[in-house]
Amino acid sequence: MADLTCKIAGVTSPNPFWLASAPPTDKEYNVVRAFEAGWGGVVWKTLGEDGPPVVNVSSRYGAMNYNGTKLAGLNNIELITDRPLDVNLREIERVKKNWPDRALIVSLMVPCEENAWEKIVKRVETTGCDGIELNFGCPHGMSERGMGSAVGQVPAYIQDVTTWCKKHTKMPVFVKLTPNITNILHPARAAVNGGADAVSLINTINSITGVDLDLMSPEPVVNGVGAHGGYCGPAVKPIALCMVGEIARDPDCKRIPISGIGGISTWRDAAEFISLGAGSVQVCTAAMHYGFKIIEDMCDGLSNWMDDKGYKNLDAFRGLAVPNYKNWQDLDMNYDIKAKIDPEKCIECGLCHIACEDTSHQAIKAEKGPDGKRIYTVIDQECVGCNLCMHVCPVESCITMVQVDNGKPYMTWLQDPRNPANMKKRA
Amino acid sequence: MSSVVELAAQAAEIDIEAGRLSTAEYAENFSDIHPPLDRNKAIVEANRCLFCYDAPCIEACPTGIQIPIFIKKISTDNVKGAAKTILEANIMGGSCARVCPTEELCEEACVRNTQSGQPIKIGQLQRYAVDGLMKRDDRQIFVRKPKTGKKIAVVGAGPAGLSCAHGLAREGHDVVVFEAREKSGGLNEYGIAAYKVPDNFAQSEVDYILSIGGIEVKHGQALGKQITLQQLRKDYDAVFLGMGHAGVNALGIADEDMKGVESAVDFIEELRKAKDLSQLPVGRRIIVIGGGNTAIDAAIQAKRLGAEYVTLVYRRGPENMTATVWEQEFAQTNGVVIKHWAMPKMLVSNRGHVTGMEFEYTQLDANGKLMGTGDTFTIAADQVFKAIGQTFVASPIQDNGKDLLQLTKKGRIATNDDGLTSLPGVYAGGDCTEGQDLTVSAVEGGKVAAVAINTMLKGTK
Repeated sequence: MADLTCKIAGVTSPNPFWLASAPPTDKEYNVVRAFEAGWGGVVWKTLGEDGPPVVNVSSRYGAMNYNGTKLAGLNNIELITDRPLDVNLREIERVKKNWPDRALIVSLMVPCEENAWEKIVKRVETTGCDGIELNFGCPHGMSERGMGSAVGQVPAYIQDVTTWCKKHTKMPVFVKLTPNITNILHPARAAVNGGADAVSLINTINSITGVDLDLMSPEPVVNGVGAHGGYCGPAVKPIALCMVGEIARDPDCKRIPISGIGGISTWRDAAEFISLGAGSVQVCTAAMHYGFKIIEDMCDGLSNWMDDKGYKNLDAFRGLAVPNYKNWQDLDMNYDIKAKIDPEKCIECGLCHIACEDTSHQAIKAEKGPDGKRIYTVIDQECVGCNLCMHVCPVESCITMVQVDNGKPYMTWLQDPRNPANMKKRA
Repeated sequence: MSSVVELAAQAAEIDIEAGRLSTAEYAENFSDIHPPLDRNKAIVEANRCLFCYDAPCIEACPTGIQIPIFIKKISTDNVKGAAKTILEANIMGGSCARVCPTEELCEEACVRNTQSGQPIKIGQLQRYAVDGLMKRDDRQIFVRKPKTGKKIAVVGAGPAGLSCAHGLAREGHDVVVFEAREKSGGLNEYGIAAYKVPDNFAQSEVDYILSIGGIEVKHGQALGKQITLQQLRKDYDAVFLGMGHAGVNALGIADEDMKGVESAVDFIEELRKAKDLSQLPVGRRIIVIGGGNTAIDAAIQAKRLGAEYVTLVYRRGPENMTATVWEQEFAQTNGVVIKHWAMPKMLVSNRGHVTGMEFEYTQLDANGKLMGTGDTFTIAADQVFKAIGQTFVASPIQDNGKDLLQLTKKGRIATNDDGLTSLPGVYAGGDCTEGQDLTVSAVEGGKVAAVAINTMLKGTK
């Protein structure tokens, strides 16, 4: 059986599945239930400085449902923990003592001043937790007070705070990045330059999940009005994967360990993040949707898949997809695939035809057989191999994309004679 | 079957009684067999629809309802729009949602059968949409075009006639519907099991159809009696015939009119007309002969009315029955015993009242022809319901014994694809013409004829 032990930035956990800093990790009760269920670690919900109270509103969540699928995306406007700091710290200490094999990272967010960070990290250190995560990500509420993503959007601040924290604690420092920027590499490099031991990403994305058309209010609605919140859940996974991959392949990020976050709901999602360079992975929405027991399949499925592939531990496949993450100009212009429809599997829904006919390349012919059977056939000369038909087909492996052996070599756009740059050269 | 055969010995006592059940049992037994989907269930189900291009379900629907479109509208909570999509193609979409053999039409064609083994519940969704519209104040979604001054006579206020009348009224024509019976609705009102269309649904639907305006229904007007085809042709710009079936096939055995031997159609009608089911007598032991939905409806309703033993006898196998598999299974779960491969041989009676029936086992000979095996059995019965098919009675369209209209080989009114009969200006549709004998086919027949009549009238000015 594959070894799921996860080591990242000096922190070890029995498996790579951590609960992200969020409502599920706000207190001992929840965290203990998570550990009992088998979670490898948690990032305790963000602590703020001692003193000014944090007060939350109701409601706090907005949901994006699609075609009957609940919570394809989730947004929240909840702030950092609204429980007293010393209560949290006492619970963190007790949990770590009782669950020594699990990773326990504490998320922090205090004003952008060195003494504020010094004070909090010193207190947190006494709990015996495994590390801290600097919350530079939350796009809602706290950002209006100059914290969260307000810091995460300014690379210089990230570097400063990271430097302060490294100066005042020996604990590993994870820097949690906001995706609400145009290029994730700038804040990531700032964290690296500040001496961060790891980066965690992505935090939530600025969002309005919907508008209540009776109240004419953004959702979630708080007494007739709404504020933007942080978007997460399955819908954000592609954005998160891309940002993780960007950092993993960036030489200036110096292979900084990554705790991957964003829509991870299954072992397969986790395997994808790890293959793109993530060390641990953090989960929230899936747990909030189904409860902690989803960890059973996450571990079991990942382990079985690793066994099937012959990966003995996580390092055996970590980052294997990173070298294959290219820029468009490095793709093979000569690669040629055509859609192929298996008539045995076709259920005659016609979705491939209409998708291609209305919105793509008119490459799927619709005909009727003598018995009235609908026959959909790919016109090879018209098919550009775009995959759309395969994606809309509701039947598993009914449409496959088959490579045409054209005998041509790998040729990038940079080498392509049709590239205007190359034309100039020739001229 | 031994218990039933044993009963034959005691058959002398005729047991036909009313009030076999408690009030609560009658209410339960004749309430909606398919409780309607609520909003949540409907949206979950609607979201299962793949929104096929050139959807096979549309092709399978005799009225060609744009099924994926209305289901998509349900999924977005656009119930009014969904109902409009349905009613524009099928003005009786509400009753069709309840009585259509969807498992052999749209739902059989659903691609989800192959993809996941379970079709979309199209009938249930259709009902959800139409019922949803009917609850709204703005349920009238049709607007009559300006009056044309043309008048059309429609014979029969069943699905074919009402569909035709509505189509014509929409075009601005005035329509007079002549109906022989007290109520409109045809078989929806008189010929279908009560639990399929509870809560007076058939009449509500008629009211909705008539509410467009321009349609007058005259009751107690039977063709060949109070009115004649020749007169209608003189008085109106066009005539549509949709009078359905008036006859019932005979068993072809001796003493068929014996007491206790009835037509299943009459039994169903009596039940549908009954104001108080506890006053309706039913035998303790019932035999129903036939293999169609009328046989099934009669058998189940007899059981639900309190009959103890109901045996449905059919001369061929289950695959030959015109009742759908679902209907057959529904009968069986209702405690109806279905006896295949047996045909009526003779009635057993006591003092002129039926007490049972002798059947002969059947089989197919080498040429595939049905024949008796010579072996017989007897089933005791207090009542026997015949349900071996209904027939078109041509006398109303005859003049001195001569057919005014050309008939088909099967003896129904012959029409072209537009519903036009052999007489100019006379159209026909529904069960009195060739076709599937379904409500939905009748609606289509009326709809097609309305289009043709409108085109014809516009041409004549």
